[in-house]
Amino acid sequence: MSWNSWLPLLLILSSLIPGLIIFALAEERVRLRITLNLLGALVNVGLVGLMLWGVYNGVHYEMRLPLLPGIELVLRAGSLSLFFVTLSAVLWLITTVYAIGYLEDSPNRSRFFGFFSLCVTATVGVALSGNLITFLLFYELLTLATYPLIVHRGTEAARRAGRTYLAYTIFGGALLLLGTVWLYSLTGTLEFTSQGFLDALGGEHRLSLTIIFVLLIAGFGVKAALVPFHGWLPQAMVAPAPVTALLHAVAVVKAGAFGIVRVVYDVFGVEFSADLGVLEPLAWLAAITIIYGSMRALFQDNLKRRLAFSTISQVSYIALGVAIAGPIATIGGVVHLVHQGLMKITLFFCAGNLAETLGIHKVSEMNGVGRRMPWTMAAFTVGAFGMIGAPPIAGFVTKWYLGIGAMDAGQDWVILVLAGSSLLNAAYFLPILHRAWFREPVGDWPEERNFGRKETAWMLLLPPLLTAVMALTVGLLALLPVSPLGWAKLIAEREFYQP
Amino acid sequence: METVVTEFSWGIALILLPLAGGMICFLWPRRTQILGLVTVFAVALSVGGLAWQMLDKGVYRHAVGGWGAPLGIDLYADGLSLLMLATTALVGFAISVYSAAYFKQEDAIRFWPLWLFLLAALNALFLSGDIFNVYVTFELMGLAAVSLVALAGGRDALGGAMRYLLAALLGSLAYLLGVALLYHGFGTVDIALLSERVEPSPVVWAALGLMGAGLLLKTAVFPLHFWLPPAHASAPAPVSALLSALVVKASFYILLRLWLEVFEPLISSEGVYTLLGLIGAMAVLWGSIQALRQTRLKLLIAYSTVAQIGYLFLAFPLAVAVGSTAWSAVAYLAISHALAKAAMFLAAGNLVRFGGHDRIADLDRVVQRLPLTAAAFALAGVSIMGLPPSGGFIGKWLMLEVALTQGRWDLVVVMLLGGLLAAAYVFKVLGYAFTQAEVAHEPKTVPASMEWAALLLALAAVLMGFLAVPVLSLVDIGDPFGLSEVRP
Repeated sequence: MSWNSWLPLLLILSSLIPGLIIFALAEERVRLRITLNLLGALVNVGLVGLMLWGVYNGVHYEMRLPLLPGIELVLRAGSLSLFFVTLSAVLWLITTVYAIGYLEDSPNRSRFFGFFSLCVTATVGVALSGNLITFLLFYELLTLATYPLIVHRGTEAARRAGRTYLAYTIFGGALLLLGTVWLYSLTGTLEFTSQGFLDALGGEHRLSLTIIFVLLIAGFGVKAALVPFHGWLPQAMVAPAPVTALLHAVAVVKAGAFGIVRVVYDVFGVEFSADLGVLEPLAWLAAITIIYGSMRALFQDNLKRRLAFSTISQVSYIALGVAIAGPIATIGGVVHLVHQGLMKITLFFCAGNLAETLGIHKVSEMNGVGRRMPWTMAAFTVGAFGMIGAPPIAGFVTKWYLGIGAMDAGQDWVILVLAGSSLLNAAYFLPILHRAWFREPVGDWPEERNFGRKETAWMLLLPPLLTAVMALTVGLLALLPVSPLGWAKLIAEREFYQP
Repeated sequence: METVVTEFSWGIALILLPLAGGMICFLWPRRTQILGLVTVFAVALSVGGLAWQMLDKGVYRHAVGGWGAPLGIDLYADGLSLLMLATTALVGFAISVYSAAYFKQEDAIRFWPLWLFLLAALNALFLSGDIFNVYVTFELMGLAAVSLVALAGGRDALGGAMRYLLAALLGSLAYLLGVALLYHGFGTVDIALLSERVEPSPVVWAALGLMGAGLLLKTAVFPLHFWLPPAHASAPAPVSALLSALVVKASFYILLRLWLEVFEPLISSEGVYTLLGLIGAMAVLWGSIQALRQTRLKLLIAYSTVAQIGYLFLAFPLAVAVGSTAWSAVAYLAISHALAKAAMFLAAGNLVRFGGHDRIADLDRVVQRLPLTAAAFALAGVSIMGLPPSGGFIGKWLMLEVALTQGRWDLVVVMLLGGLLAAAYVFKVLGYAFTQAEVAHEPKTVPASMEWAALLLALAAVLMGFLAVPVLSLVDIGDPFGLSEVRP
C-alpha cells in the first residue's frame, strides 16, 4: 500500500487521536489540552492542503479495508470529498480557538473537547467515505459524538434538546440503514460512482428504488433539517455557542446535506434520478423548507433560535441546487456547502460573543450594541448581508448560480422561491442590524463582563472576524480557480457531468 | 515446539484444566484467587492452541480413551465450536480479572470453584459431539450457575436462584426425555451418526418437541423467559455477566446444532420455522419494551438480554433459503452480545459498588464519578443498539440483508424497532451522565481493574465491527452450517 492510500486514514486519525488523549486528561491540564487541540487541527489543515494539491493534479487517494464479506470500508479523497473536508478542517481550527476562549473556567472541558474532536473525526469520515456503508458508519458516529456536546451544559433544557435530537437522528439512522441494506440486496455494491451505479438495474426495480431514494433522503434529511424533519435543530441551540456554530456550519447539518448530494449524484446519478421522477418532489421539499424556515425565523426573538431557523432555510439551498439537476444549479448547490458554512459560523460566533460578553440572548436586547461591540457587529453584518444575498458576499454567488441554473434547467419557479427567500432573509436580518447600529442602547446590558479597552476576549473576537473576511473574500474572488466556486466547477466537471 | 501445538489434544485440556482447578481451589482456599486466575489464563491459552491446530488441520475430533463413537465419547470442534470456546475464554478471562477484585475472601472461596466448574461445563458442552454428553454438561452447568446466583444471599437472590433452579431442571429433564427417545429409536447418541440415521417418524417429532421445549426454556426465549430477569438481576455482577453472556448462549448453541444437523433436514412444513421466528420477534419487542420500563439498572440489562436472544431466533425462518448468511449473522450476534452484555453487567456492578444502589433515576452522581465505567456502558450500548462500528451492527446488517433479500418485511420491521427501542433504553441510562448533579468528593472505591475489565470488553464488542471477515472465515472451518453455497 502506497503512501497515498494512507493519507485519508491519517486525516481521520489526526483528529481522532488527540480526541482520545484529551478524554484521558485531567481537567486542570489546560495547556496540554490546548496544545493537543491546536496540534490536531493544524495537522489536519496541513494534510488537507497536501491532498488538495494532489487531487488538483490528479492524484488518487484511496484506502480500503475489509469490513464484511464482499463489502469494504472505503476512504477516498476525490474533489467533492476534499471540498467538504477543507471546510471542516479550516472551520474546526477556527472553532477550536473560539471554543478555548469560550469555555474558559467552565467544568468538564476534557469531556467537551474530546467529543468535539470525535465530532470532527466523524465529519471528516463522512466526507471521505467512498461507499454508502462507510458513510453510514461515520454518519452514526456523528450522531453519537454530537449528543454529549448538545447536552453538555446538563440543564433540563439541554437534556430535553438532547433527547429530541436523538429521537430524530436515531430514527433517521434506522431509515438510512434500511435503505442502505435494501440497496445492497438489490445491487450487491454500494460504491459511490460518478453518475451513479443504478442505471444497469433495469426497469423492474423502479418502485423499490423510488422507495429507497425516499428512505435515504429522509435519513439524510433529518440531519439536514429538511421539513418535516427539522424539529430538533431549533431546540439544539441550547448547546454552547462553539457547538451550535460547528453544528450549523459544518458537522451535523452539512453531513446531511452532503449525504443528499452523494445520493443524487453518486448513488442514483442525476439522469437516473430525473428519470425516476424523484428530483422534482425533492426540489419542492427543499423550496418549502427554504420558505418555511425563513417564515419561522421572522418571529423568533431569541437570537440563536432565529439563526437556527435561518439555517433550516439556508441549508436547503444545497438540496435545491442538487434537485434542479442542471450543471449550473449543481455548482450553486455544492458551493453553498462552503458559503453557508462561512456565513453561518460567523453569525453564531457573533451571537456567542454577545451572550458571553453582554449577556444578550434576544434580538430585542440588541439596541445600540454596534457601538459597544463594533468589530463583532461588523462581522455579523457581513454574515447577515451574505445570507440576504447582497453582492459581493458569498451568499450572492450561490443565489446567482442557483437562479441561472434553474433558468437553464427550465425551472423558472425557483427564481420566485429565491426572491421570496431573499426578501424574508432581509426581513429578519435587517431589523437586527438596524437595532444594533441605529438605535440607542436602553440602559445597562443584561450581564456585562469587562475586558478592559477591548470589546471582548481576543480568542472570541478573532474567529468571527476571520470567517467574515473569508465569506467576503470567497465572494469577491469567486472567479479564481482556487476559490470554492472554482473548485465546485471542478467537481461538477470531474465527478457529476463527465462526458 | 510446533508439533506439540498441532498434535496436542487441546480439547481435553479445555475440560480437565478448569475441573482440576476448581477442585484444587476447594482444597486450598487461601490461594483460591490466584489459582483461579491461573486456571482461566491456561484455558485461554489452550483455546489459542486449539485455534492454531484447527487453522492448520481443520476440524478437531478426539475419541476419548481411544474408543470412538458409537461406543465411546467423541469430542468434536468445528469453526462454530471454536468461536464459542474463544468467546467463553475471552469473556471468562475478563470476568475473572474483575472478580478477583470484586469478591472478598469469604465469597471468593465459594465463587472460584463454582465458576471453574461452570467453565468446565461450558467448554465440555461446546466440544460435545453427542447429545447425552450435552445433558451431563447441562446438569453441571445448571447446578454451578444456580449456586453462583445464590452467592449474593438475601431474599431476592435466593428467590431468583430457586426459580432458575426449577427452570433449569425442568429444561434438562425435557431434554433428557428427548435424548432417551432418540436413543431408543436410532440406537445412538452421537450427533453425526444421528444425522445419518434419523428419518421422519413420531419418535423424532416427540423428541424434537421435548428437546426443543427444554432448550427454549433454558435459553429463556419469550414466553419462557420468566426466570431470567430475577436470576440475572439479583446475582453478583460478575455472575450476571457470566449468565447473560455465556450460559444462555450455551443452550442456544445446542439448539442450533441439533437443528442444523438432525432436525432441519426432516422438517418440510413451515409451521416450525414460523413459530420460532414469531417467538423471536415477540422476544425482541417484549424484552425491549420491558427493559425500557424498568427503574433498576440490572433489571433493565437483564430484559435487554431477553430481547437480544430474540434476534437469534429471527434467523430460523430466514435460514430456509439463505442459510449461510443467516447463521453467520446469528453467530456474530451471539458473540457480540456476549461481549457487550458482559461489559454492561460489569459496568453496572461498578455503579452499584460505588453508589450502593441501582436505581436508574439516582444514578447521575455515580455515573459522573466513574467515566471509564460510563464509557464502557456507552460502547457496549452501541453494540446492543446495533449502531456502527460494532459487532452488533455487523450481525444486524447480515440479518437485515437476508430478510430483505427474501422480502420478509415483518422481520425487517421487528429488527429496526428493536434497534430503536434499544437506543431508547441505553440512552435512558446514559442521559444521566450529563446532568448538573452535585459532584461529591467521597474517595473512589472501585478498583481500576474492575473499570478496565468492563471497558476492555466493551471495546472488544466495538472492535468486532472491524473483524467480520477473519472471524467469519474462522467459523467456516468444518462448514458448521452444512451448506455448500458460497457466500457472496
